[in-house]
Amino acid sequence: MPYDPGSDVIEVMRHPQRSAAASTYRSFGETLRGMKTTLARVVEGPLTIQYPEEKTPVYPRFRGRHKLHRFEDSGLEKCVGCSLCAAACPADCIRVVAAENTPETRVSAGERYAAVYEINLSRCIFCGYCEIACPFDAITMGHDYEMSDYTRSDLIFTKEMLLAEPLERTPLRREGE
Amino acid sequence: MIGLADVNFFEAWWVQIVKAIVIFGVVFGVLPMLTVYERKLLGRFQHRYGPNRVGPYGLLQPMAEIVKFARKEAFRPTTSVGFLFHVAPAISILTAVGGLALIPWGNVQHIFGQPVGLYGIDVSVGPLYVFALGGISFYGILLGGWASGSKYSFLGAMRAAAQLISYEVSQGLALVGVLITAQTLSLTGIVNAQRGMWYFIPQLCGFLIFVVASFAETNRAPFDLVEADAELVGGYFTEYGGTGFVAFLFAEYVNMLVVSAMAATLFLGGWLLPFGIHPPGWVDPFVVLAKMMIFMTLFIWIRATLPRLRYDQLMSFGWKVLLPLATLNLLVTAIIVA
Repeated sequence: MPYDPGSDVIEVMRHPQRSAAASTYRSFGETLRGMKTTLARVVEGPLTIQYPEEKTPVYPRFRGRHKLHRFEDSGLEKCVGCSLCAAACPADCIRVVAAENTPETRVSAGERYAAVYEINLSRCIFCGYCEIACPFDAITMGHDYEMSDYTRSDLIFTKEMLLAEPLERTPLRREGE
Repeated sequence: MIGLADVNFFEAWWVQIVKAIVIFGVVFGVLPMLTVYERKLLGRFQHRYGPNRVGPYGLLQPMAEIVKFARKEAFRPTTSVGFLFHVAPAISILTAVGGLALIPWGNVQHIFGQPVGLYGIDVSVGPLYVFALGGISFYGILLGGWASGSKYSFLGAMRAAAQLISYEVSQGLALVGVLITAQTLSLTGIVNAQRGMWYFIPQLCGFLIFVVASFAETNRAPFDLVEADAELVGGYFTEYGGTGFVAFLFAEYVNMLVVSAMAATLFLGGWLLPFGIHPPGWVDPFVVLAKMMIFMTLFIWIRATLPRLRYDQLMSFGWKVLLPLATLNLLVTAIIVA
């Protein structure tokens, strides 16, 4: 028994009454139309990106793993250990311990340098606030997004790891793509 | 000759055994490929690749799956009936395999001077044999569902009972049109009778009814509400895992093969080719296989297209549309032939 809400409850849209021949044609015709629709999907071909072999290209402003930078000419670190990034970080995942530069060992261009610079990537939310907070563009967000690891401690990136030239494993989206 | 049916045993006994082994081996070699084919094609219908990781083009996927299923722990629910629970998959797969004997892969050939029919057996009651096996095979589903002692299995089994009975009637009636046109019940005889014209042209209505009823008989979409993974979590094989599950799955695929072979034999002229092409005898099995693949593709295509029917739609379609149509088709054919 089909459910009949009655006309006083709400105006219901009903299909017109069809003859037996019309409804038979409709059921077969609509089936064929559906089959045409699904076959068109076969013709279009798969849209899958075969992930480990192919990667989704990222946009230039994609916020991936952080990078620390040096000056091109002198090789000195840009970071002066001001801890503004750590202050800006909403996830509280950056730890900076600053130390004074001495004439014998000069690490950064400023007065002080970051003796310890650690980012706990298991807590990082990739908001990019550290990049905005940095007055010397010493830290930027890279494009790398493959950072899974087996232990939590391996996800704490030290200064050496962040300074190292990263393996560019992520394809970049071309202009207009 | 045995008294029950007129079986044309003209080969030596060892030829019969070799034939049985060859047919079994070929089908069980084709079957895993079929599961990959289905999943890959279904993937294409949905803009994806389907399995393509195990082996070249994912062709070894069934191997990985068989290993997975075989290593699973065999357990059953405490409420299940042990004996029937274990017998049910066996019934399903035995009846499905029994149907393979009937498929006519080709005419009688002379191999090493011996006449060998390229089929398991050529009984004079071919389609009836298939229907008899189909009738028994549903005991596998019914007993499996009931003996599981779970309400979902039970619901699936009850649906299976109602569905298989109502659609077997229309399927049988759709066949009778072919049988009275061919004037024989032997499957090879039916194929040979189609030399002039394949029966799907004069019996178009019967062909359509047979195909639709076949979907219901093999529990395939859109008539898969026996399994209905979304609502009944698998229906009659909800409680089966490991080898029992594989047995039911294999039975379903063998049933699909048998039904495809029946459709190819009865309506698409079996091993015959159109336009008067007469290839050498060894091509015949490949022609039959190609025609079966057409039906398998149709099965998959429909599965990718149509949503599952509701139970009352299934029943009203079976009894109010298919059965009158099949009866009408039979009557008209009988009047024309007579």
